[in-house]
Amino acid sequence: MLHRFANPARFMRLSGVLLPWMAGAAIILVAAGLYMGLFVAPADFQQGESVRIMYVHVPNAWMALFSYTAMAVASAVALIWKHPLADLAAKSSAPIGACFTFLALLTGSLWGKPMWGAFWVWDARLTSMLVLFFLYLGYLALYNAFDDPTRGARAAAILALVGFVNVPIIKFSVDWWNTLHQPASVIKMGGPSIDSTMLWPLLLMAIGFNFLYFWVLLLRMRGEIHANKIRMIRLRQVHG
Amino acid sequence: METITNFLEMGGYAVYVWPSYLITAVVLIGALVSSIRFLKRNAETLKALQEEDKGEA
Repeated sequence: MLHRFANPARFMRLSGVLLPWMAGAAIILVAAGLYMGLFVAPADFQQGESVRIMYVHVPNAWMALFSYTAMAVASAVALIWKHPLADLAAKSSAPIGACFTFLALLTGSLWGKPMWGAFWVWDARLTSMLVLFFLYLGYLALYNAFDDPTRGARAAAILALVGFVNVPIIKFSVDWWNTLHQPASVIKMGGPSIDSTMLWPLLLMAIGFNFLYFWVLLLRMRGEIHANKIRMIRLRQVHG
Repeated sequence: METITNFLEMGGYAVYVWPSYLITAVVLIGALVSSIRFLKRNAETLKALQEEDKGEA
């Protein structure tokens, strides 16, 4: 099953078919989410209109964790089965994951200022999220730090796996420590505790961002497959 | 007109709400555009190299 998709030629065909669907779904879902989040959803009875920051902050934060998890799984597959596409998937996940993490930190800070009175506090959720951002940067730096790309890929994959320990720490930080950050209100036992008028725009934005992630991922993986072929042709020209 | 102004004011939180949306849009669209360019650039380089290769063969 796995090796059916291991073939780069087959991947190019399949991803070519999927790309327009990813793009269309991302645009439509984000547009609907923006409309509902800005015009339909009510203001919060405690936080007023500032609650609308949630519709970008939470999807960014979820996608930051999703991208890292995808990167770690792909890295494990690349290390264990030496699957060539898995390595490219992990590498292609990192830049967009770093963007989501940066945005979660930044929008969180813009939400924290009016609600907590500070742009930044060294609390467990915020600090572990900052560590996630550095893990992404470290992964990218390590990947490109070797002359031999396969060595860089291996070292970066190991970092991605070791760093995965941070993902559950981020998720449960609000339960394990006293933090300013509010606890989970959507993904938790007993179902979501926010009203459906706020849940809908949140889910639309989150699923839209998910499609955007796969859109960018496929574009970058296709680009990396070309880059590998370019490298092989150039090597042949030098040695041929 | 007043409703538009009201909307833009975001109940006094405009300086926090709008930058959140704007920066998210700029960064994510930036990531998308740079990925499209990365793919395009590599596709063009590969095509040129393959044609060069054929010419030599």
